[in-house]
Amino acid sequence: MNPYDFLIAPFIEFEFMRRALVGSFALALGGAPVGVFLMLRRMSLTGDAMAHAILPGAAVGFLFAGLNLFAMTTGGIVAGVTVAVGAGLIARSTGLKEDASLAAFYLVSLALGVLIVSIKGSNIDLLHVLFGTVLALDDATLILIALIATVSLVALAIIWRPLVLECVDPNYLRSVSRSGAPTHLVFLALMVLNLVGGFHALGTLLAVGIMMLPAAAARFWARELTAMIALAIVMAVFSGYAGLLLSYHTGAAAGPAIILVAGIVYVGSVLLGPIGGLKRYFVRVRHLEA
Amino acid sequence: MLARLLAAMLFALLSVASARAQEKLPVVATFSILGDLVKNVGGDRVAVSTLVQPNGDAHVFQPSPADAKTIADAKVIFMNGIGLEGWLDRLIKASGSKGEVVIATKGVKPHEMKDDDAHGHAHEHKLDPHAWQSVANVKIYVANIRDALIAADPAGREAYEKNAAGYLQRLSAVESEIKETVAKIPATKRRIITSHDAFGYFASSYGIEFIAPQGVSTESEASARDVAKIIRQIRAQKIPAVFLENISDPRLMQQIAKETGAKIGGTVYSDSLSGTDGPAASYIAMMEHNIRQFAAALAD
Repeated sequence: MNPYDFLIAPFIEFEFMRRALVGSFALALGGAPVGVFLMLRRMSLTGDAMAHAILPGAAVGFLFAGLNLFAMTTGGIVAGVTVAVGAGLIARSTGLKEDASLAAFYLVSLALGVLIVSIKGSNIDLLHVLFGTVLALDDATLILIALIATVSLVALAIIWRPLVLECVDPNYLRSVSRSGAPTHLVFLALMVLNLVGGFHALGTLLAVGIMMLPAAAARFWARELTAMIALAIVMAVFSGYAGLLLSYHTGAAAGPAIILVAGIVYVGSVLLGPIGGLKRYFVRVRHLEA
Repeated sequence: MLARLLAAMLFALLSVASARAQEKLPVVATFSILGDLVKNVGGDRVAVSTLVQPNGDAHVFQPSPADAKTIADAKVIFMNGIGLEGWLDRLIKASGSKGEVVIATKGVKPHEMKDDDAHGHAHEHKLDPHAWQSVANVKIYVANIRDALIAADPAGREAYEKNAAGYLQRLSAVESEIKETVAKIPATKRRIITSHDAFGYFASSYGIEFIAPQGVSTESEASARDVAKIIRQIRAQKIPAVFLENISDPRLMQQIAKETGAKIGGTVYSDSLSGTDGPAASYIAMMEHNIRQFAAALAD
């Protein structure tokens, strides 16, 4: 099999492959930068928690309208924002730390979501919500994902400075500006938006993967923030492309294949990355020999 | 005095008998289609509970504690067998039920699941549980159900035999209707893509070929390779119709139909009945609905 047949032909021959590719590129563009900031703010697991939190909203949308894009998206956003704000409020007004209240919120949400989907009596639908269908992206879904990517990039550009400052030195930001809280809220909203966009394609469970894995991998290759984000996007785009090819050639389920490729990129980065990677333990450092 | 005593005894006997008649035999059927068959044979003498509700999927059912209680109370538990209800054994054990377990497909010749892999390897020898998609098999189901009900409730023998005979007649009518309808479709057009290959028995009984984009069970997610294969096949063989199914992902089917120009047929029911106000509220309604949908999509 020549490289063209292997690497390019599937996307030329099949529209669904092109759609899946465009969808995963859009997810990469919006999700990877958000993932980098989540990682830098030590909120990597928050994304996972929020992904679960979205489920009941999507489930309510599903309950009323079936696999309807608008209903599930709206439901997901409402549920995600509710949990993010609710957990934040409880953390600020009680003795409970934010991670603990978030954990409480998302677990309740997850149980509620599974309950609501099972009310409708069909548990296969739950699997579709949990795992998504990257191979079946219609026009409306693609537009939604692309829209979310656009909004994310523009919003990130706008809140860039305070967001970076808040990552580095939140106390300093507080002393010079009152933009800390709104920045945080906008950022949380972006995270929810990207997860909601991601769950149409990859499902609520795997949507976090395209966000966090490239971010964590990029950390091993770049010190500077812009480079790190650019790298994360490139890695996420590559994961989407290679994952779809993997699914096309081996018959592996498409969504998990994409995330697994991202996982392989991550493991490779952990091993070989020049910045803090494991390489320094097993590659002999030359100047000591001299 | 004696006459009064006799009358009193007679009265007591009668009231016991009528109380018994009112007390229906509690039985359980694992899924909606089987439940409908049991209802038709049992009539008023049995109270049928169904575990997997209409539109649910019996392959991946998650029992609730209420289901365990239903099972514990049942005198007879009807299951399809041939590997459909993998979850049932544990549920029966856990519930401590002493009910008789009846495999409705006893005597049905099971088919192997057709699993054509693109590379011709990895043929899994799995049996196809969807035997009810052939009316001839359902006649065996009905006989098994009748015999099991008679064994559990001998007093109702006459009623069960009468119900079963009547129902078998209706099944024969449906069967000939299906065969006549298929005969009107040109032989070259008898090919359909559907999202769940539950129609293996239907295919071999009535001569319509079904091609599925997913594996044997709804548990497996379709890969890009599967979808690509289906699209190539539709294009190459000019398959006229694609059918959605009530429990699998409709978005994937729509994408396939859009990409190939095949016609999207209406909803057909394979693993479960629709709700009571749906088009497939009973087994017979389901079979009639399905064949009408197939014929309409393949007709023009």
